[in-house]
Amino acid sequence: MAFAPSEEPVALKILVAGGFGVGKTTLVGAISEIRPLRTEEVLSDRSVGVDDTDGVEAKTTTTVAMDFGRITIREGLVVYLFGTPGQERFWFMWDELSYGALGAVVLADTRRLTDCFPSIDYFEQRGTPFIVAVNCFDGADRHEADDVRIALDLDPEVPVLLCDVRRRASAKVVLVTLVEHALKMLTAAQR
Amino acid sequence: MDEEAGPLVRPYALTGGRARPSGAKLDLITMVTTTGSRRDLSGIGPEQRRILDLARRGASVADIASDIDLPLGVVRVLIGDLLDLGLVEARAPGKVAPLPSERILKEVINGLRAL
Repeated sequence: MAFAPSEEPVALKILVAGGFGVGKTTLVGAISEIRPLRTEEVLSDRSVGVDDTDGVEAKTTTTVAMDFGRITIREGLVVYLFGTPGQERFWFMWDELSYGALGAVVLADTRRLTDCFPSIDYFEQRGTPFIVAVNCFDGADRHEADDVRIALDLDPEVPVLLCDVRRRASAKVVLVTLVEHALKMLTAAQR
Repeated sequence: MDEEAGPLVRPYALTGGRARPSGAKLDLITMVTTTGSRRDLSGIGPEQRRILDLARRGASVADIASDIDLPLGVVRVLIGDLLDLGLVEARAPGKVAPLPSERILKEVINGLRAL
């Protein structure tokens, strides 16, 4: 055993958020073994009344595919990555996804910066530590990180960095930046 | 067949139509582990047997759903049944998150750098 028997396994959850098509799947795949994960949520629908049968609740389901990856730091210490569904109709899943999350990476595309506003609002309101990683697509304008910070009206302590999510080395820097930020917030809260 | 048609057995048929697990809230990273109970497994379906196999060494709810390729909602109900039967135990991530220790986070940072 690599750890003392008294030490329980630790699982950490990191979220990858951002607009549709911004590279969330690519980021998770660059740094971890990506695996399929489906959730089929049941939505009770009280408005369906015509064919209602007594005792049978009217239900519809919606299937959502999530990006899911795991990184084993060592035996007993695992980091799970979850890509949040980008479309707004899946907001109902966010509370569950972010429950107990260590932090979140908000991926941004400078061509569609407004797409990441909802994610930023969400994590700010919940007090979840987050960073903004600007994915530099081919052909995308090379904005400086500071320009993005101003455009997104971010608090000064929120790290902003440029990245290329296709590159493993770049994806690593993104995750390290997030965990360092979470650590900083943790120590500040304990002070 | 239409590509969108999905599996031939509707997932919630496996749960007897139940959409919510009976008891505990099962987070995505809740760890599920077999208890080693010697209870009779004759009433246990093949999906739940697979869950028991996966949980032998401990697995998260998300790991289990991904491995047996069933939607999370369904897997939660199936795990809930196994919990009720005392065949598995679940450990919520609440103990470690959202505030893991400084030491753990430093270890994660070093581990990520070393990938």
